[in-house]
Amino acid sequence: MGSISLEHVNKSFGDVQVIPDISLDIKDGEFVVFVGPSGCGKSTLLRLIAGLEDTSSGTILLDGVDMTDAPPARRGLAMVFQSYALYPHMSVRDNIAFPLKMAKLPKEVIDQKVDYAARTLNLSSYLDRRPRALSGGQRQRVAIGRAIVREPKAFLFDEPLSNLDAALRVNMRLEITELHQQLKTTMIYVTHDQVEAMTMADRIVVLNAGNVEQFGSPLDLYKKPANRFVAGFIGSPRMNFVDGAEAAKYDAHSIGVRPEHFVLTRIPAPGSWEGVVSVAEQLGSDTFLHVQVGEFGLMTIRTDGEETFSHGDDVYLTPDATRIYRFDADGKAL
Amino acid sequence: MATQQTNTLARVMMAPAVIVLLIWMIVPLVMTIWFSFQNYSLINPMMTGFAGWANYIYVIGDPSFTQALVNTLLLVGGVLIITVIGGTFIALLLDQPIWGQGILRILVISPFFVMPPVAALIWKNGFLHPGYGMFGHLFKMLGLQPVDWFAQYPLFSIIVIVAWQWLPFATLILLTALQSLSEEQREAAEMDGANAINRFWYIIMPHMARAITIVILIQTIFLLGIFAEIRVTTGGGPGYASTNIAFLVFRTGILSNDIGAGSAGGVVAVIIANIVAFFLMRAVGKNLDA
Amino acid sequence: MARKVSTQTRIGFTIGAWVVALLLFSPILWTALTAFKTEAEAIASPPTFWPQTFTLENFSAVQERSDYVKHAINSIIVALGSTLLGLAIGIPAAWAMAFAPTKRTKDVLMWMLSTKMMPAVGVLIPIYLIFRDLRLLDTVHGLTIIMTLINLPIIIWMLYTYFKEIPVDILEAARMDGAELWNEIVHVLVPMAIPGIASTLLLNVILAWNEAFWSITLTSGRAGTLTAFISSFSSPQGLFLAKLSAASLLAIAPILLMGWFSQKQLVRGLTFGAVK
Ligand SMILES: Nc1ncnc2c1ncn2[C@@H]1O[C@H](COP(=O)(O)OP(=O)(O)OP(=O)(O)O)[C@@H](O)[C@H]1O
Ligand SMILES: [Mg+2]
Repeated sequence: MGSISLEHVNKSFGDVQVIPDISLDIKDGEFVVFVGPSGCGKSTLLRLIAGLEDTSSGTILLDGVDMTDAPPARRGLAMVFQSYALYPHMSVRDNIAFPLKMAKLPKEVIDQKVDYAARTLNLSSYLDRRPRALSGGQRQRVAIGRAIVREPKAFLFDEPLSNLDAALRVNMRLEITELHQQLKTTMIYVTHDQVEAMTMADRIVVLNAGNVEQFGSPLDLYKKPANRFVAGFIGSPRMNFVDGAEAAKYDAHSIGVRPEHFVLTRIPAPGSWEGVVSVAEQLGSDTFLHVQVGEFGLMTIRTDGEETFSHGDDVYLTPDATRIYRFDADGKAL
Repeated sequence: MATQQTNTLARVMMAPAVIVLLIWMIVPLVMTIWFSFQNYSLINPMMTGFAGWANYIYVIGDPSFTQALVNTLLLVGGVLIITVIGGTFIALLLDQPIWGQGILRILVISPFFVMPPVAALIWKNGFLHPGYGMFGHLFKMLGLQPVDWFAQYPLFSIIVIVAWQWLPFATLILLTALQSLSEEQREAAEMDGANAINRFWYIIMPHMARAITIVILIQTIFLLGIFAEIRVTTGGGPGYASTNIAFLVFRTGILSNDIGAGSAGGVVAVIIANIVAFFLMRAVGKNLDA
Repeated sequence: MARKVSTQTRIGFTIGAWVVALLLFSPILWTALTAFKTEAEAIASPPTFWPQTFTLENFSAVQERSDYVKHAINSIIVALGSTLLGLAIGIPAAWAMAFAPTKRTKDVLMWMLSTKMMPAVGVLIPIYLIFRDLRLLDTVHGLTIIMTLINLPIIIWMLYTYFKEIPVDILEAARMDGAELWNEIVHVLVPMAIPGIASTLLLNVILAWNEAFWSITLTSGRAGTLTAFISSFSSPQGLFLAKLSAASLLAIAPILLMGWFSQKQLVRGLTFGAVK
């Protein structure tokens, strides 16, 4: 079991309120991702759940039990740190065995569990090495191994992949997803990377300045962003926003169109916006065009890689009328 | 920041150290201050009661106090001058590309590890003794009359011994600071056309200023309390010629058994040290975060 | 260091440095050589450099006259005992200050340092009287307590600067792994800080070994350490230069060796981390 509930959790460091008031319900076995801009309180929230920081007020329940004041050692959660935080003076084997030793399990049981975890994570041939003799990816696996052996109620990951290079990151992402499918244990995963968020999560929590902007499945967030912040944050490249008269036509304070929701033509079409290509980024599969559109400013458009555009080309953009997002003056979705 | 629990635990973990040091700092000091206002002599148990400022007047008014104060300043100042200048010179020399740097460092640092009474005795007997000391032999070889250093220049002799002990410390710290001056910084200066003397004044000295300050301040703490070197060589004499404040307190309090007067001297020593400490804390405190 | 210099310059500097270093070292070298001479040879004029008749007599004479072994044992007990006691008190305190700092941590550290600045003579008399009344005068444990107190600030400071270099993540990982404070310190912090703790131990053993003020004023025959032992040679008795040299050599040799290994830590320890 591993359900996690936060009720009106508030956290201040001295006078600075980092998390004003958060309530969340994370179900057993769910993979939840916290995303948000840097400094929005993702790590803080995770550390509150871990028990590495106190809440200023509010309650944290694990499996329905109030754990607000329990020390981290008693919460039965496992955490994987961005820096891996391996014990440098211990071999890989001892690193993985450490939580079991702390739980005072008999030696045979420890050995058996360590061997099992090592096999699962392809670490068997490194068990006697020190962490310093491992690559970044291997270290990350050891950190995960150390987390899984104790069969925690939930795993907490704080940007675990951000120190890895791009290719390795994709691999580890898949491995963690697979691990989740295999273990079916609750996981909370903090990241900056929206690809990680979209691909791994069952549900995503979008945080901004310590507030939950939206909590929902990845596609929900993409299709039905609750507000302008979420709309701008989820999706890559970012959604384009237009205010003023054009928005008023749609009976909104501002409207948003995703780069992939335009039809691009070289000749004017009814309802199209006229623009000039400023930069064309060709990725092969796609091309991102940065187009200067009169008073709307710079907009990003995504097209397939077939047609080539260059700086100075005149283009006409027609937004897909069924996929225009409308927001009121407070940024709330209409 | 951590949890309240961790912070509470942290206080508990600090408690023994804090309590022990608090007692160590307060109890004896309060007693010293108390005694300094009492008539209290171990020789004359009849003499009791509140003494007012009498002990202070007795200690400070005595010519031996002025002499001890002057001696203390001469001792601290003399040793500081020798060690800072000598230390800078030796550090610069050891920082040059030379053969055997490792062994040289070991040779140079060695005197610091010699306990004070040993240092004092080997200088007193092996070097400064007019009959069989090394300097005596040298003078005789040059056809000069050997000097009885401790009789004629007692304070100077002690300064020499103490300087020998502390020169390695100054050298080692200055050398460490010097070696942390990056090669790039020097090369940049060389590229800018600075010659050796300019490099010394404009690049090396400013970089060393902090290390020199620290050498001065830390040595001062220890030098104010010089004791064993005096105890095993001159015994403070002849007369009070080589008595510093620390030794004067010992003489008055322990040797003459005048607890009241000795304590008054102790309080004066604490006040002097505090004046010095005030500057030390400011300097070290500023460097704490660096 | 890869500065380019001509070989002549290099030879010049090398000679200069060796001359200075040997001059500084000569009192120790001279003492070591004299220790193996006969008394007559020790005071011969002109002096001999290398012992003509190599003798170990001085060492046995010193042992007989002043019981070197007993004093050395006292020194070892006091130096090691006070350092271990200091580490036992200092490690938890340094842990607290390095990993759970508060606004006042810096002040506490400075205050601890300030106790180091109190001149010993300022408190000599009360300590002497307290020791007399508690019958701690001339006892090894009494001296050990004093030595612990005077070195505690340096121990805490050194440990603090070493602990600061350990990422707090790793200790938090241990907490997440179910380690209570005791296990966090014993299984994670201390093994990671072993080099720093060893340096602290080494430097403080040296400082305690060479401490002369309290060991001379608070001990005499029974609990005397080597500083007290050597002070008993302060008044000359007949021919004694060779014996004095032997006694000196015996008193400083062990710590000289330790000192050579700990010169780097010396800088860091005695400057409270302000010079590294
Ligand atoms: N111990 C602390 N004391 C004071 N302020 C803190 C402390 N820890 C975090 N903060 C502040 O709280 C805010 C949230 O920090 P947090 O580390 O949770 O951000 P984050 O979302 O994890 O950012 P990032 O993506 O950069 O890791 C920041 O403004 C930070 O400055
Ligand atoms: Mg973070």
